[in-house]
Amino acid sequence: MGQEYRLLTKNLVKPDYTADIDCYLRHNGYETFKKALSLKPSQTADGKVVSPQEQLRQEVIISGLRGRGGAGFSCGVKWSFVKHGPNKTVYLICNADESEPGTFKDRVIIHKDPHQLLEGMIIACYANNVHLAYIYIRGEMMEGAKVLQKAINEAKEKGFLGKNILGSGYDLEIYIHRGAGAYICGEETGLIESLEGKRPYPRIKPPYFPAVLGLYQSPTIVNNVETLTSVKSIIEMGGSAYAKLGTPNNTGTRLVCLSGQIMKPGVYEIEVGKVTLRELIFDEAFGGGLRPGRRLKAIIPGGASAKVFRADERVIVKHKKIDGTVDATEYDVLDLPYDFDTIAAAGSMSGSGAIIVLDDSVDIIKALANIAEFYAHESCGQCTPCREGSLWMSKILHRFSDGKGRKKDVDLLLKIADNIGGGKTICAFGDACAFPVQSFVSKFKEEFLSKANF
Amino acid sequence: METITIKIDGKIVEVPSTMPDPITGKPAPTTMMQACNLANVIVPHYCYHEKLPVAGNCRMCLVEYGTPVMGPDRKPILNPDKTPKIAKAPRPAVACSTPISPGMEIYTNTPEVKKMREAVLEFLLINHPLDCPICDQAGECKLQEYTFDYGSPVSEFIETKVHKAKQTLLGPRVIYDAERCVLCTRCIRFTRDIVGDDALGIVNRGSYNAISTFPGKQFDNNYTLNTVDICPVGALTSRDFRFRMRVWFLKETKSVCTSCAMGCNILIGSRNNIIYRYTPRENDAVNSCWMCDFGRLNYKWINRKDRISTVLSKSANGVCEEVDWQIALEKIARYLKNVKIGTSAIIASARLSNEELWLLSKLKKLIGATSDSVPRFDNADNFLLKSDRNPNTNGAILTGICSERIGENLENIKKKIERGELKTLIVFGEDVVKIGITPQILGKLDMLVVSDILPNATTPLANYLLPGCAAAEKSGTFTNINLRVQKFNKAIEPPGKARPEYEFLSELLGLMTDEKFGNTAKEIFDKMVADVVGFNKMNWSKLGDTGMSVEKANQ
Repeated sequence: MGQEYRLLTKNLVKPDYTADIDCYLRHNGYETFKKALSLKPSQTADGKVVSPQEQLRQEVIISGLRGRGGAGFSCGVKWSFVKHGPNKTVYLICNADESEPGTFKDRVIIHKDPHQLLEGMIIACYANNVHLAYIYIRGEMMEGAKVLQKAINEAKEKGFLGKNILGSGYDLEIYIHRGAGAYICGEETGLIESLEGKRPYPRIKPPYFPAVLGLYQSPTIVNNVETLTSVKSIIEMGGSAYAKLGTPNNTGTRLVCLSGQIMKPGVYEIEVGKVTLRELIFDEAFGGGLRPGRRLKAIIPGGASAKVFRADERVIVKHKKIDGTVDATEYDVLDLPYDFDTIAAAGSMSGSGAIIVLDDSVDIIKALANIAEFYAHESCGQCTPCREGSLWMSKILHRFSDGKGRKKDVDLLLKIADNIGGGKTICAFGDACAFPVQSFVSKFKEEFLSKANF
Repeated sequence: METITIKIDGKIVEVPSTMPDPITGKPAPTTMMQACNLANVIVPHYCYHEKLPVAGNCRMCLVEYGTPVMGPDRKPILNPDKTPKIAKAPRPAVACSTPISPGMEIYTNTPEVKKMREAVLEFLLINHPLDCPICDQAGECKLQEYTFDYGSPVSEFIETKVHKAKQTLLGPRVIYDAERCVLCTRCIRFTRDIVGDDALGIVNRGSYNAISTFPGKQFDNNYTLNTVDICPVGALTSRDFRFRMRVWFLKETKSVCTSCAMGCNILIGSRNNIIYRYTPRENDAVNSCWMCDFGRLNYKWINRKDRISTVLSKSANGVCEEVDWQIALEKIARYLKNVKIGTSAIIASARLSNEELWLLSKLKKLIGATSDSVPRFDNADNFLLKSDRNPNTNGAILTGICSERIGENLENIKKKIERGELKTLIVFGEDVVKIGITPQILGKLDMLVVSDILPNATTPLANYLLPGCAAAEKSGTFTNINLRVQKFNKAIEPPGKARPEYEFLSELLGLMTDEKFGNTAKEIFDKMVADVVGFNKMNWSKLGDTGMSVEKANQ
C-alpha cells in the first residue's frame, strides 16, 4: 500500500499554515540557510581546503537530486558545469514557468510555501557564488508573482536577502520576472532569451549551454522550483540522508500531479520509485480510482509531451545491474514504479511528474487532437520541422476527429512526427510534440483505423 | 595555422581548426559547414550565410556524423584494419553551427540525410503559395533549386494552408510576402548585425510567424535592398525591380558601382540594351557582398531618352550641326596642335576611367594645359557609402589630372579665362557652369570642347560636343578610395553615335602625335601602367575580377 511521503509539503498541508514569513520562521524557517552560512572551510584527508560553497555543492551531488522540471538531469552535475572564477558573474534562475499540460506542482509551492522556495534558492545561490538571481514566473501566474514578491520583501526585511546577509558579507538580490505567456519560455535557453528582453527563441547548443554562455553570455544555472526547494531539504537533512529516500539513482521525494478522469486529482508527494502507477491512480491515499463504472484506457505518465501508456500494456523494462549484466523484467504497465529510470526504460518519461489519466469515455483521437493543438499553438516557430509540422499534425487530427479521417493519415501522422522528433530541431519541443503523436497513433492504431471514414 | 583532419563522405580533408567569425573577425572553431565548403561538398541551406551570424533554424543542413571512439588512454580505439573506430552520433547535427573535431566523419548523403532534407522541404512548402509563375524570385529561388535537387515531387498535404499578409511594404524599397517566407532570419540578422539598424523582427508564433518592422516604423536604412539579395526565396522583393524582368533573361556583367569612391563590385543585369538592376558582387577587399541602396538604384539615367547621342559642331555663326566623328576629331586635332603652351585648360571628371584620365593627361602635356577635376562630396554613412561621390578621384590624382586637393585649381582656371589668358577649354563629363564658370565667362574662350553623356548648361555652349559613355557602356578601370584598381566591363551598347571616351581620346592623340595608345581599354591600360608610378606592377589580366591595390602592387 503506497502512501505519501511529505518532505516539501510537510508544512503547507497544515490547515493553519500561511505563506507569510512569521509562519515560516515558526516552522524553523531559514534555519537551514543559517546553517549553510555558518559552514567553515574544511580539509580533506590529503590536505585540500574545501570551501563552504564546495561543501554545499558536494551535498547536492551526494543527494543524487535530479531536476524536477522534466529532463531529470542531475542537479549536482549541472552545477558542476559552471566554472567559477574571481571575476566571473554567475547567475541563477528559478524556472517557475510551469506550463506543461497536467503540471501544477510548482504553483502549490509558490502559493503555499514561497519562503521554502526562497530558502532553497538562497542556499543554491550561496553554494554557487551567485549574487543576482531571477525567478522567471509564468505570465498567467499573476497571483504567484504577487505571493513571491511579498515573500522577497519579507525576506529582505528580515535580512535574508540584500546586502551583507545576516552579517556574513554575502550579497544576494532576487528579482521576479513575469513571462508573457509562452510555453517555450520554460525551455531554459528560451527563458534566458526572454529574460534578456528578446523573443524566446531557444538557443543552439553548442555553443550556448547555459552553464557556459547563459544569461548575458555568463555562466547561468537554471533550476526548477521543486528542484530548488528540494535543495533546502538536502542541506537540512544532509545529502546522504536525502539519498536514502526513494530508490537508487531516483532519490528523494517528488511532487506528482494527478489529473484527468480520476476521483481525487491533485498534488501528492511520494518517495521516488516507491509507489506504482496503479497505487497512484487507484489508492485512496492518492487518486482514489476512476469514476464509477469506468475502465482505465490510457495513462500519460509525465505531462502532455510524454509518450502515452495503454492501460492494458505490458512493458519490458531493462535494468543494467552493477555487474554490467542486463536484467529484463516484464511489467503490467500499472505496476511500474513511478520514478525516472523505470518509466524511461518502459519507453516514456516521468517528465514534470504529471500523470494524466484517461478512462474509456475518452475519444483518443480528440484527446490527441487537443494535445497536438496545444503544441501547434505553442511552437515558437524558430525552426522549420516543429513550426510547420506541429500545425500540420494538429490540422490532420482535427480533420480526423471531425469524421474526415483517412486510413492513410495514420502513416502520414507517424511520418510527420518522425520528421520532427529525434534531434532534428533546436530544442526538445520537437520531441515534445512528436512523442504524443508517435505513441497515441501507434498504440491506438485500431481506434484510428476504425474511425477513419475514407 | 593549426589544422584538423576529418573525413567528409569518406574523403580525407584537412581544414583550419579555426576560421574568422563573420562579425568580430576573431577566430572561431571551424564548423562542419565551413569544412564542407572548403572540401567542395555542397550542404544545402537557407538560413546559413557565410557573412552573417549562425542561426541554425532552417534545419536544411542537417547531416549525420561520427567521432572516434576513445580508449581509456584518450587515444582512438582502432578497428582490425587499423582505421579508427567511429561511433556514429545517435542524432543528426546542423552543419552550420556544429564545430568539427579531430577524426570526425561527416556524412552528407546518407539515406537518413536525404530523408531529412526532403522532410524540411516538404515542411517549407506545405504552407507556401506555390506561386512561382508570378513570383519574382523564380529562377534564383532556393526553394525551387533545392526542391529540384533534394525534394519530393509530391506532397501529402491536403489541409487548408495558413494565409498570411502579402505585399507588405516593410519600407520604401522592400516588399514582403509572408506566405513565401521561410523565416530564415537572414534579413533580420543582416540589418541588425551588419548595418547596425535593428529594424526587423519576427511577430506572432509558430506557423503564423512573419517578419515585421516595429509598429509605425519603416525599414528604411541605406542597405535595405541587400535583404532582397540574401532572401533565399521570394519573400522579400525589390519595389524597383519586381515584375520588370524575368531573371533568366538578364545578362550579368561584372562591373563596379560609380556612385561613390568605394567602388563596390556589382553585377549589371541587362537585357536588350536596357539595364534592369544592379546587384552586389562579392569582393572581401571592398564591399563583402553588400552595396548601398543609393548606388544600387542610381542607374536609371543611363536609359534616359535625352542622352547626347550625336557629335555636334558649332559653326562660326553659332549654328550647331551634326558631324562625323572623324571630321570632328580631325578638326579638333588640327586646332589643338596649334594652341600656344599655357593657354589651355582641361577639366576632366573624376567619373572617367583611369585610362581616359591618363589619355587626357597625355593631351595635357602635349598642349601644355593646366587641369583639374571637380570635387563631389556629400554625407557619408557609417558603412559603404563614402563622402567622396566620385568613383575615381584617386585615378585623377594618380594620372596627374588633379592634385590631392581636388578642385583647388578650378578658381584659377576660371580667373584665367576671365582675364583672357586661357583661350581653350576641354571639358570631360562636367557641367562647368554649375561650378561658377558662367556662360559669360565661357564666352571669352576661342574654343570649348565638351564631352558628356547628358545635356547640361555647358553642353549647348560647346564648339564641339562629343557624346560619351556611362561606365555600363564601356570597359575600364577605376581607382577606389583605398587605392584599389578595379575593372568594369561593358554591359550595354551606348546610344546613337556615343562612343567610349578612351576610344576617341586615343584617336585624337593619334591624330596629334605618332604615338599609339591602343584601341581597347585593355591595350590602353597596359600602356598606362608603365607611365603611372602607382600602376607600375599591374597589368589588365592581373587585375582579375576583384582588382589590385596600388600599394600592394608596388611592394
